[in-house]
Amino acid sequence: MLAWLLIAPAAGGIIAWAVAPYGKRWARCVSLAAMLADLAIAITLWIAGGAAIHIGPQSGWLTQLHLPWIPSLGISFHLALDGLSLLMVLLTAILGVASVLISWRDITERVGFFHFNLLWSVAGALGVFLALDLFLFFFFWELMLVPMYFLISIWGHENRTYAAIKFFIFTQASGLLMLVSILALVFVHHGASGIYTFDYFRLLGTPMNWWTSIWLMLGFFIAFIVKLPAFPFHVWLPDAHTEAPTAGSVILAGVLLKTGAYGLIRFVGPLFPNAAHWFAFVAMLLGVVGIVYGAFLAFAQTDFKRLVAYSSISHLGFVLLGIFAFNAIALQGAVMQMVAHGISTGALFMLVGVLQERLHTRDMREMGGLWKAVPRVGAVTLFFVLASLGLPGLGNFVGEFLVLLGSWPVNVALTVVGACGLVVSVIYSLAIMKRVFFGPRTGAGVLADMGMRELTIMAPMIVILVLLGFYPQPLFDILKPMLGGVLGP
Amino acid sequence: MTLQGLYTILPFDVMTAGTVIVMVMIAFYRHHALTLGLTLLTIAISFYWLFPTGAMLPRQVTPLFIIDAYAWYYGGILLITAAGVALLAFAYFNNGGDLKEEFYVLLLTGTLGGMVMAASSHFASLFLGLELLSVSLFGMIGYARNRAGPIEAALKYLILTGLSSAMLLFGLALIYVTLGTMQFGLILKAIAATNALSDPWMLIGLTLIVAGLGFKLSLVPFHMWTPDVYQGAPAPVTAFIATASKVAVFALLLRYWVEIDAYRYSSVYLVLSIIAMASMLAGNLLALMQRSVKRILAYSSIAHLGYLLVAFLASGNQAVQAVNYYLAAYVLTSVGAFGVVSVLSSSEDELDDIANYRGLFWRRPWTGGLFTIMLLSLAGIPFTAGFFAKFFAVLAGVSVARWWLVFTLIVGSAIGLFYYLRIIVALYAAPAGQDATPEQAHPGVAFAGALTLAAFAIAVVWIGVYPDPLIHFIQYATTFG
Repeated sequence: MLAWLLIAPAAGGIIAWAVAPYGKRWARCVSLAAMLADLAIAITLWIAGGAAIHIGPQSGWLTQLHLPWIPSLGISFHLALDGLSLLMVLLTAILGVASVLISWRDITERVGFFHFNLLWSVAGALGVFLALDLFLFFFFWELMLVPMYFLISIWGHENRTYAAIKFFIFTQASGLLMLVSILALVFVHHGASGIYTFDYFRLLGTPMNWWTSIWLMLGFFIAFIVKLPAFPFHVWLPDAHTEAPTAGSVILAGVLLKTGAYGLIRFVGPLFPNAAHWFAFVAMLLGVVGIVYGAFLAFAQTDFKRLVAYSSISHLGFVLLGIFAFNAIALQGAVMQMVAHGISTGALFMLVGVLQERLHTRDMREMGGLWKAVPRVGAVTLFFVLASLGLPGLGNFVGEFLVLLGSWPVNVALTVVGACGLVVSVIYSLAIMKRVFFGPRTGAGVLADMGMRELTIMAPMIVILVLLGFYPQPLFDILKPMLGGVLGP
Repeated sequence: MTLQGLYTILPFDVMTAGTVIVMVMIAFYRHHALTLGLTLLTIAISFYWLFPTGAMLPRQVTPLFIIDAYAWYYGGILLITAAGVALLAFAYFNNGGDLKEEFYVLLLTGTLGGMVMAASSHFASLFLGLELLSVSLFGMIGYARNRAGPIEAALKYLILTGLSSAMLLFGLALIYVTLGTMQFGLILKAIAATNALSDPWMLIGLTLIVAGLGFKLSLVPFHMWTPDVYQGAPAPVTAFIATASKVAVFALLLRYWVEIDAYRYSSVYLVLSIIAMASMLAGNLLALMQRSVKRILAYSSIAHLGYLLVAFLASGNQAVQAVNYYLAAYVLTSVGAFGVVSVLSSSEDELDDIANYRGLFWRRPWTGGLFTIMLLSLAGIPFTAGFFAKFFAVLAGVSVARWWLVFTLIVGSAIGLFYYLRIIVALYAAPAGQDATPEQAHPGVAFAGALTLAAFAIAVVWIGVYPDPLIHFIQYATTFG
């Protein structure tokens, strides 16, 4: 079952590439089928996931797959799924389907290779969310970069080469730092137990001295917050997001950024509990700086897509704050924020794509008064902008509120500053509406409003955000069994 | 030498006999394809005999050679390289003027030289092997003699390799003066028994040897000749210099480095660490500014030898395993990468400027795709051999806590990504105007090149996804230490 989650997009990507010469439609259909199959598998896993199994010191794991890979080094192909992984897999599958659909008319050149890269980066991200062998994790971590690099550098916008190379070097270099930490951890474990192993459960609770744990924790931490991205490692993100094609931005914002947060929750806390708690203040501080700084920069942008990109930095600051508050409420909030941000920001990027397809610009100074021309686009954008600014009743509000609630007892000052960031987010979010949809119309000509295809993509995302906002309990139920393992006794 | 001894070195015998047969055949009947066939047959038979002779216990054949699974592991790598280079050269030289057949004689002798080095246990056989390799290489570099580039490269190589050989020889002589023997085994015993390394003559000798071998390995600061020669030499020959000559020297170094337990000598260790760090940084930084694909690959090979030294300088079993794996991965990848340049070039015209590679992937998807795989492998991205190679190098470095070397490796790799990506960007850019790549050769000839590249790419991906068999084989082959 778990292997099929990875095989479906991987095989779909190859088939899509292979059938592309017989017609672009075939490549698109194959990719869509592969992503729908993935979504179906994920939903099946969710429904069937009643009975938890015990595969480690923690319960709460739903299913696993364990195959030998390189036994001479203690490396195995170990995948497992718990509530957190399940949520991330569901998010990835939903955004995967959406990004295939949104590229239907957006991408007209080299369609086969495009879908190959799209599906492989999704497969890589799914692998990251499922891998429980540290080597395998690193393998997938690196694997998802290459297709994303191609997506940006071939189908991106004006400054794509620069953005793609910057993205690749940032993430690859930080990944190597993590590799050193993984290897050092393995050797520390070897020193204590005499076994070489990369298995997550065996490495949990490895005894190590204080400074070793700090250094190793930092190796992981930096790799993850570069990906998240948190201040001061965020500089690659605005470029990469702005230059990527729409589908690339959606996957990048919705899925790839979440791998950083996922890594923090799954690895940094459990593997180095003492060091992570010692470091929590700095991490929370970086989170708050990200919230405020990202929000201010977002407001200053004139490029619509860049604005959304900076708002991501701001929203993911909440995730960082919530994770390092180390309590159940804040962590639930952080995960909720991850899911809600994935959906809302993904949708906003798609809307930018929709506008760009019609106006051939992303510059908000050249927009204005579009509500009358394209009322449906305006209404849908209004919804996601409200979601993004944290309107009560939508998913993002639940996430941000819980994060702030959970971090209040930990550090009042940081929570207050973080909450102020929300005000700035209201300002830049409403500024989007004002600059793009209201005011005098600058351009001329008749614009086509959203068609059925575009509305079909948006509708489920709206439904999900409303459901998460009014009835978030199912998400917390999925998450609950794994909280103990992350937060420790 | 006994009959038993001759049997043990049967792969050498086959190579020698094959060289003579090819040479005699050329004297009577020139035929390009037939010469290639005979060359490949020689290589195949020699390769076949590696297995029965390598399965025996390690044995000394005269004072000159030590034959064991380790020596033949490298013999095998060299033979595979030679087969790949022969096939690439066939496509490369096919359209060029007359007299293409002698190339294969040089290729065979050069390969034999490398194999001799990997199995040598005496200064005489070391020097013999090295010179056999270097002199053959000199001939091969200048083989495309109707162009100025190869001639210039050949002269540069001749002068510098002559100089470095002289330094090496002087170093060997100084050690002989100090210790009174030229056999490695006895030298090791003498060093272990006495405190010979504190003897000034001995130290000067070692320094000269390091410098001499540093030239052959093109490590910084002995790397100046590398980009010029790599760029000037015909592409298949560049593939051979970049791999065969490095593999042979490294194989020899590693065996005696481990046996001598040189990690005890902190000064030697320090010097090599500095060389390693300088190679990683200088190689990667200098590659950033190049426009020629061959020069980029040349600087990248300098950096890769730096990475290899990181693995090499970590002591113990991890180091041996890491170096052995790294060399296999490096050879497959480098032959593949230079091979792509080779199949796009001919002896008259080389496709070297990065601008000529624009949009290659869209014009020739297979060649472009293979080149991408090779570049990603050089950059150390998953699903390729280079990924595990880098992984093992870091593993070896971390296992003995050589943090500075490991961090330099990381910084080097990050810089390296930039120029690998530059080539990849060019490959996938929209094609600019005219197709600059030359017309496809005769289908059969092009097939030889394509087949080689495909085989190397499959090998790169195979050991990059499932390295376990190779690791087991390496562990079996390196039980000497």
